[in-house]
Amino acid sequence: MSDNKGVMIVGEVVEGKLSPIAAELLGCGRKLADDLGQELSAVIIGSGVSGLAEQAISQGADKVYVVDDALLKDYQTDSYLSVMDKVVKEAMPQIVLMGQTSMGRDLAPRLAFRLETSAALDCIALEIDPDSKRLLQTKPVYGGNAQAIYSSDIDPQIATVRPKVMSPLAPDSAKKGEVITIDAGLDASAIRTSVLETVLEEVVGIKLEDAPVVVSGGRGMGGPEGFEQLAELAKMLKGAVGCTRPVCDSGWMPDTQQVGLTGKIVTPDFYIAVALSGSSQHMAGCSSSKTIVAINKDPEANIFKEAQYGVVGDWKKVIPAFTEKVKELLG
Amino acid sequence: MNMIVCCKQVIDPEAPPASFRVDAGANKVLPPQGVPPVISPFDEQAVEAALRIKDAQGGTITALTMGNNLLRDVVKKPLSMGADELVLLEDAAFEDGDGWSNAYALAEAIKKIGEYDIIFCGRQAADWDSGQVGSGIAEILGLPSVTLAKKVDVADGKAKVERVIPDGYEVVEVSLPALITVSNELGEARYPTIKGIMAAKRKEPTVWKPADIGVDASNIGANGRRAKLVKLFQPVKEGHCEIIEGDSPEEAAVGLAMKLREVKVF
Ligand SMILES: Cc1cc2nc3c(=O)[nH]c(=O)nc-3n(C[C@H](O)[C@H](O)[C@H](O)COP(=O)(O)OP(=O)(O)OC[C@H]3O[C@@H](n4cnc5c(N)ncnc54)[C@H](O)[C@@H]3O)c2cc1C
Repeated sequence: MSDNKGVMIVGEVVEGKLSPIAAELLGCGRKLADDLGQELSAVIIGSGVSGLAEQAISQGADKVYVVDDALLKDYQTDSYLSVMDKVVKEAMPQIVLMGQTSMGRDLAPRLAFRLETSAALDCIALEIDPDSKRLLQTKPVYGGNAQAIYSSDIDPQIATVRPKVMSPLAPDSAKKGEVITIDAGLDASAIRTSVLETVLEEVVGIKLEDAPVVVSGGRGMGGPEGFEQLAELAKMLKGAVGCTRPVCDSGWMPDTQQVGLTGKIVTPDFYIAVALSGSSQHMAGCSSSKTIVAINKDPEANIFKEAQYGVVGDWKKVIPAFTEKVKELLG
Repeated sequence: MNMIVCCKQVIDPEAPPASFRVDAGANKVLPPQGVPPVISPFDEQAVEAALRIKDAQGGTITALTMGNNLLRDVVKKPLSMGADELVLLEDAAFEDGDGWSNAYALAEAIKKIGEYDIIFCGRQAADWDSGQVGSGIAEILGLPSVTLAKKVDVADGKAKVERVIPDGYEVVEVSLPALITVSNELGEARYPTIKGIMAAKRKEPTVWKPADIGVDASNIGANGRRAKLVKLFQPVKEGHCEIIEGDSPEEAAVGLAMKLREVKVF
């Protein structure tokens, strides 16, 4: 163990704003820092981002490191890695947290290897061991069939945190903090990748990750047509349509609608699982939903072990009648 | 184009959830009875990514697998799909590693294999879902990396990678040699052909022990871990589902809607 102190979070910037995961990391980081009796810092990396420091302070940071450079406009492994290496060596934190996002899942492991320490990705719980004062990192493993708790004696301990698991603090605009500017010191020729283009899928209606209601269909839908019926039900409930991986593999729905371990992680109030078996990898993306309802023709399907309410039957018969009744009840 | 693909042998991730068992005392997963292990599906898709490049412009593909008591029928699958060579790091000392020790041993083996333009890995292994080995190998070898590829094209000493992001993808260009991790959006891996299976049967893998790649047993497998596994457990499911019955599926559906309205789910 070393003299490293403090909890550091990486506040990701999306379209010029601190992303929601930054506030969640600040909420979770604040608790860990308080448990250790240490400071919470945030790192904000990007181009034209210095105005975001105050927001991070109001959301819990004691100190904000700002690295602002035109070369940092897009996330690139080489540039962000070089910056994080520099910031961590200067600040010497005991813990570094990032979001389990496109950036965090790419940056965290490389940073861990560069700093010769370890990382745990996609954590759903983090706590300080009261005896050892080390960070305990809980993450799903084996496709969600089990969970593992990791720790390590090497500083800094690095973790990425699954979005929407941790709660942000209520912003306190009176809170004071220190802002430190760090020079990126980048050499453009050392960045070995370039982003040529970003291609976004059109989203019709509510985004899956943000929807309070999700209606998901599985392989048992039998084709793309059935998803039109699910879309009708989803629209009525002001929700979005999701699906399982075979549905994307077959091209019935775009890849962006996949729910699960390797798709979107959703936490709606109401999740309707239609003609899907409830594999651990699918449930990894939706098991935190408040209420899960299953419609499946096989009474032995695993989804009935995960759901609170269910109907055993063919979706072709159940969904139209259900949709009709929901419409009536919503008046 | 010389390509190396790291392929891990894992417990079949699609074995029925009910067959999944943890030995809590040993912090280990018990292999399900009667379900053979497989190559981690993302790694198979990494082989597929390499094969598509080989189909388009030629090249050689070396599959690299680490473990102990590796089942030949399982680890030869990349060969039967069309890979050219198979290197096995096989020894008890390679077992139970973490991202750190696994990436270290694989990187040392890759140095020994020597020539490569692209190293492919799956985005994460389907057992521990740790998602670190690819990036780790890149860091150890000082290579650029692009993670979560759904398409890889090579031209003029560079790879153009479509990298999956939540709402679509970005097109990233990377200089070679590079390490690329593959995500499931790449599409299904091809089935082995009969010819491929026959060729794979005849092919003897190269087997290396720790000494063959010049690594010390204290730095690999369980001994080389930097992350300690404190506890492995199966989360408890409440597991009570209220099944709404009816004389017909339509009636049950109506009952379900009424019930959900009553308990204010919508
Ligand atoms: C490493 C890895 C990662 C993965 N990641 C994901 C992921 O992120 N998301 C994901 O979803 N999957 C993922 N998978 C795949 C996962 O293991 C399952 O194969 C998949 O979720 C199964 O999809 P399904 O439930 O639609 O299909 P199936 O398991 O085939 O289930 C179909 C269900 O439909 C029911 N059915 C059929 N016809 C009807 C009907 N007419 N009416 C009512 N019910 C009917 C059947 O009873 C059955 O239960 C992953 C797999 C691996 C190995």
